[in-house]
Amino acid sequence: MIVAEPKPIKELLEMVKDFNRILVVGCKGCVTVCNVGGAKEVAILASSIRISRKKMGQEIEVGEHTLERQCDPEYVDELKDMICDYDAVISIACGVGPQFLSERYPSSKIFPGVNTQFMGGAEEHGIWSERCAGCGTCVVHYFGGLCPIARCSKSLLNGPCGGSANGKCEISKDVECIWDLIVRKMMEQDRLDELIEFKPPKSWITARDGGPRRMIREELVK
Amino acid sequence: MSEYKSGSNLEKVLRAGHFAFTGECGPPQGANVEHLKEKAGHLKGCVDAVNVTDNQTAVVRMSSWAASIILLQEGLEPNFQMVCRDRNRLAIQSDILGVYSLGIRDMLCLSGDHQKFGNHPEAKNVFDIDSMQLIHTVKTMRDEGKFLNGQDIDAPPELFIGAASNPFAEPFDFRVYRLAKKISAGADFIQTQCIYNMDKFREFIKRAVDMGLHEKCYILAGVTPMKSVGMALYMAKQVPGMDVPDTLIKRLRGAGKGKVAEEGIKFALEQIEEFKEMEGVAGVHLMAIEWEHKVPEIAERAGMLPRPTV
Repeated sequence: MIVAEPKPIKELLEMVKDFNRILVVGCKGCVTVCNVGGAKEVAILASSIRISRKKMGQEIEVGEHTLERQCDPEYVDELKDMICDYDAVISIACGVGPQFLSERYPSSKIFPGVNTQFMGGAEEHGIWSERCAGCGTCVVHYFGGLCPIARCSKSLLNGPCGGSANGKCEISKDVECIWDLIVRKMMEQDRLDELIEFKPPKSWITARDGGPRRMIREELVK
Repeated sequence: MSEYKSGSNLEKVLRAGHFAFTGECGPPQGANVEHLKEKAGHLKGCVDAVNVTDNQTAVVRMSSWAASIILLQEGLEPNFQMVCRDRNRLAIQSDILGVYSLGIRDMLCLSGDHQKFGNHPEAKNVFDIDSMQLIHTVKTMRDEGKFLNGQDIDAPPELFIGAASNPFAEPFDFRVYRLAKKISAGADFIQTQCIYNMDKFREFIKRAVDMGLHEKCYILAGVTPMKSVGMALYMAKQVPGMDVPDTLIKRLRGAGKGKVAEEGIKFALEQIEEFKEMEGVAGVHLMAIEWEHKVPEIAERAGMLPRPTV
């Protein structure tokens, strides 16, 4: 899933300080799963804004709505009769959400309510970590099913570097050295020979380096 | 009058009010130093500074700083170009210190063509900072004596800061504001993209003058003589951000066999004559791509010789 975290409420209040009719829009996709942008969080954010404005003695109207997904025009359309009643919209979906809203509703002022972090998963309740860098050409099978592009601080394909110690990365003792895990796993599977092989420079054409990406699946296009 | 920012020849020429004339020289795709020296030799005495391109069009070449040093040794003033595509902010700042330490005094700050256009399209790009931020970085290092992190530099690099401007990219209405932004960020001089659409350039420079930009920064008009109809068509169709009017292509075609190159030079000379009189234009940047040996003739015919010594 796409993992996000809430923007500090102070920052959000500053962003929308000039507006008195605000719509908070959530998303039932990834951000609901990582407890940052679903219906529950929409309600919490809306009441936080109301309380803070009330303290300042200012009138405010805060609307709440949660879409099935903000990354799908079909669902984004749902806001069409409602959005014009508000002078600011806070999207608490990942970074895709505010952009789909901006594109569909060009005259609306859209603000992001979360900071999108990474593609990853939940290690346990309340802890998420990165797994995928979206490079466009998956190579995890060379590395025991683990991705050094997303998980090595230097994205080394021929690691581990000289900074690996006690299974930790040189940048922090809180960061695991993925190469340590890769090596141990490949040894356990008796596949060390594969790791000894030189991995040539990767093509980053399919990654973000190749420019903004777009995918067309002809068989699905109407 | 305040002190010079870098004391480079280019800065002195511009400051003295002369109409500047700069050239360009692309480093070789290899370590052929003699070829580089030969190409650069044609420019000697004909221009105030020579731009040394940095892996232009994202094709790997001898590094721009090394080629710049070779030009310096040959008695030319290099205008060291640096792109943001291939370096992060550490390498950028360290290269700035390095080139200054070796005697380079002019530097042109660019974002750089995307690697997609070059001969290593698989490469990862850096773009840690952009050209605007690069200009500001050099200025901060020079004027405040500080690195990007705010840490003091013991001996700051004194460079004359250049930037590029493409009046023909879109949206046209925003281009002059972006130029203003580069000047605010710290550009001392500007070299424009090759100009072929004179009407559009007149409008652009008028807007720049109306905003007083020519008083804050020296603007050098970019000129690249067309060698052939094929080159004109290539520039028109293949090079992003280039504006080649049909009238020019027609004019080149009309020149007849064996006379196209001369017609291209004539057009360039007419442009230079107009730029000399154009308010807001402080000089010409002549990019005679792989045509360095023609520069002495063009400089002579354009009335640019001898170059002033300040």
